[in-house]
Amino acid sequence: MVVVFEVFRREREGAAMQHAGSISAPDERFAEIYAREQYGRRGESEALWLVPRDAVHEIDEFVDEFDLKYRRVDGYSIKERLKEARERAGTAPARAR
Amino acid sequence: MDARTAEFLEHVQSGGLVETGDWMPDEYRARLTKFVEMHANSELMGVLPERDWILRAPTLQRKLALTAKIQDEVGHAQLLYRVVEDLGKPREACLDDLIAGRSKFHNVFHYPTRTWGDVGVIAWLVDAAAIISQKALLKCSYAPYGRIMRKICWEESFHILHGRDVVLTLVTGTDAQRELVQEALDRWWEPLMMFHGNPIPADEDPMVHWRIKSQANEDARQQFLEGYVPQVWELGLTLPDAKLGRRDDGVWEYTEPDWERLMAVVSGHGPASAERLAFRRLSRAEVDWVSRAVLAEAA
Amino acid sequence: MKPTDLDLLLSLADDELILGWRDSEWTGIAPFLEEDVAFSSIAQNEIGHARALYELAARELGTDADALAFDRPLEEYRSAPLVELRRLEWARTIARHWLYETADAIRLEALKGSDDPEIAGIAAKIDREEVYHRIHAEMWIDRLLVSEEARPRLDEALEELWPYALGVLDDELRPELVRRVEAKLGRGMPDAEPVSRGSHEAELAELLEEMTIVRRSAPAGARW
Repeated sequence: MVVVFEVFRREREGAAMQHAGSISAPDERFAEIYAREQYGRRGESEALWLVPRDAVHEIDEFVDEFDLKYRRVDGYSIKERLKEARERAGTAPARAR
Repeated sequence: MDARTAEFLEHVQSGGLVETGDWMPDEYRARLTKFVEMHANSELMGVLPERDWILRAPTLQRKLALTAKIQDEVGHAQLLYRVVEDLGKPREACLDDLIAGRSKFHNVFHYPTRTWGDVGVIAWLVDAAAIISQKALLKCSYAPYGRIMRKICWEESFHILHGRDVVLTLVTGTDAQRELVQEALDRWWEPLMMFHGNPIPADEDPMVHWRIKSQANEDARQQFLEGYVPQVWELGLTLPDAKLGRRDDGVWEYTEPDWERLMAVVSGHGPASAERLAFRRLSRAEVDWVSRAVLAEAA
Repeated sequence: MKPTDLDLLLSLADDELILGWRDSEWTGIAPFLEEDVAFSSIAQNEIGHARALYELAARELGTDADALAFDRPLEEYRSAPLVELRRLEWARTIARHWLYETADAIRLEALKGSDDPEIAGIAAKIDREEVYHRIHAEMWIDRLLVSEEARPRLDEALEELWPYALGVLDDELRPELVRRVEAKLGRGMPDAEPVSRGSHEAELAELLEEMTIVRRSAPAGARW
C-alpha cells in the first residue's frame, strides 16, 4: 500500500530542518527519489528528512489555566515602578526617544 | 448556523488558519476540496497543450527550459492532489472524475496550441495571470494549501521570464517569427480575459466568505491588465479588443467576455477538451498493471 | 583532438540527445505524476550532457552546439539504435533505461581514463549525475522483478532490447555489459547479434522531423 511521508528540508547550512510538505510512495526507496524531485531538483535544499507520517507524534494542546505569566516577557510591566524609583533617586528621567 | 460553525467562520474571517486535522464545517471542507481539486486538475491538464513543444523546441536551451517549466506543473499537480487526499478524496478518485469529464479544470487549458508563438505567450501571460491568483492564495485560510502556494510562486517565477524571453526573441527576429507572437496573442487574449473568472463581487463570493480566496476576481484581472497590457503594447504588438484601455482613474476597460461561453468551456466543451481528456484516458489504461506491480507487497 | 575522440564525443552526445528526447515523450502521460517528474529530471540531465558534449565537439569543428544537435542530416547522427526505438510502454521504457545506464556506466568509466583531460573531465561530471539515474533504474528493475504480473513483461522487454543494448558498446567493452546484466538478473542472457551503431532505426527519421520542425521554419542563423 501507499505510505505518506512527511518531508523536512534544510534550506541552507545552519538552518533548522523545517516541514516542507508530504509525498506518497510505495516504500522508502521510491520516497527518496520522489522527495529529491519535489524538494531538491532546483538545488533548493541542503538536506532532507523523510519520516513516515505514522512515526510522527503530534502534540497540539497546551494547558495554562491559571495564567502563569511570570515566566514570559509579557508578564512584566516595569514602567510605573521605574518612574517611581527615578523620582525617589532624583535622577533625571531617561530622554524620550 | 450552529455555534461551532459560527466560531470557525469568525476564526477564518479574522485571519485565523486551519490545519489538516482541525474540525471544519462540511461546507468549508466541500468547497475547499473542490477548489484545490480544480487547481490540481488545471496544473495537470495544462501540461498537455504544452508538452509537444518540448519535442519541437528549436534550441537545446529552450528545450531544457520548457521541460523544467512543464515539470514544475506536473509537480504542482502532485502536491495539490496530496492536499486533496488529506482532505478526504484520494488521487485515484480525482483522476477518475477528471478523465470521465465529471470534474472541472481551468478554462485556459481547454484550448489548443498551434505554434511556437503559443509557447512564449502561454509561459509569459498565462503564468503571469496564474501568479496573480496564486499570490492572493498565499493567505488562504487552509494553511497546507497556502504553504504550497509559496513553493508554487517560487518555482513559477522563472516561467514568466522564460516566456518573455521567448517572445522578445521572436519579436526581434524575422517578420514570420514576429507574426507567430501576434497571431498567438490574437487567439489567447479571450481565454486570458476570462482567466480570473466572472466579476462576482467579493462579498457575494463564497470562496472569499470562507477566506479560501481573499481577492475578488475583478481585482485580479485589473492587476493583470495593469501589469501586462503595457508590456505587450511596448513591443508594438496589438490586442484584439478595441475597447481595451486604461481610464484616468486607473481602471482598465475592456469588452465584457462572454461568461456563458466560459461556463461551457469549463464544463468540458472547449475546443480541445475532449481530445485532452481522451489523451489522459489512454495513459490510465496502459498503466493499471504498473500500479498493481508497484503497490503490491514485495515478495 | 583525435578524430576517434571526436567520434566518441558525438556518439555519446547523440545517444544522450535522442534518449533525452524519448524520455520527454512521457511528459504528461507517465504512469504516476511522480514518474513524470522523475523522467523530466532525467531528460533534462541527458539534454544537459548532450549540450556539454556538443559544445566540446563544436569548438573542434568550428560550429555551435545547436547546429550539431539539430542541423545535421540523418546519416551523420551517431546514436545507437537502442535509444532511437520508440517504445511508449512502461516495461520497455524501464528495460531500456536500465540497460542503457548499465552500458553507459561502463563507457564513462573508460572515458574517465582518456588522455584528453577535457574528455576525462566531462566524463567524470556526467558520471556523477548518472548515479541518480542508476539508482532510479535499479529501483524499478528490482520492483518489477519481484512482481508476478510485471516480471514476464520485463523479461519480454529485456529480451527484445538485448541485441540493441549490446550495440551501445564496442567489442572491447561489451563483455562487461553482459557480465553486469547477467549478475543482476541472476541468469544468462542469450547470445545475440548486436544491433550496432552505424545504421539507424526507421523511427529516427520521424523523430528528427519533429525535433527540427520549428527550427527549420526560420532561415539558418535565426535566433529562437
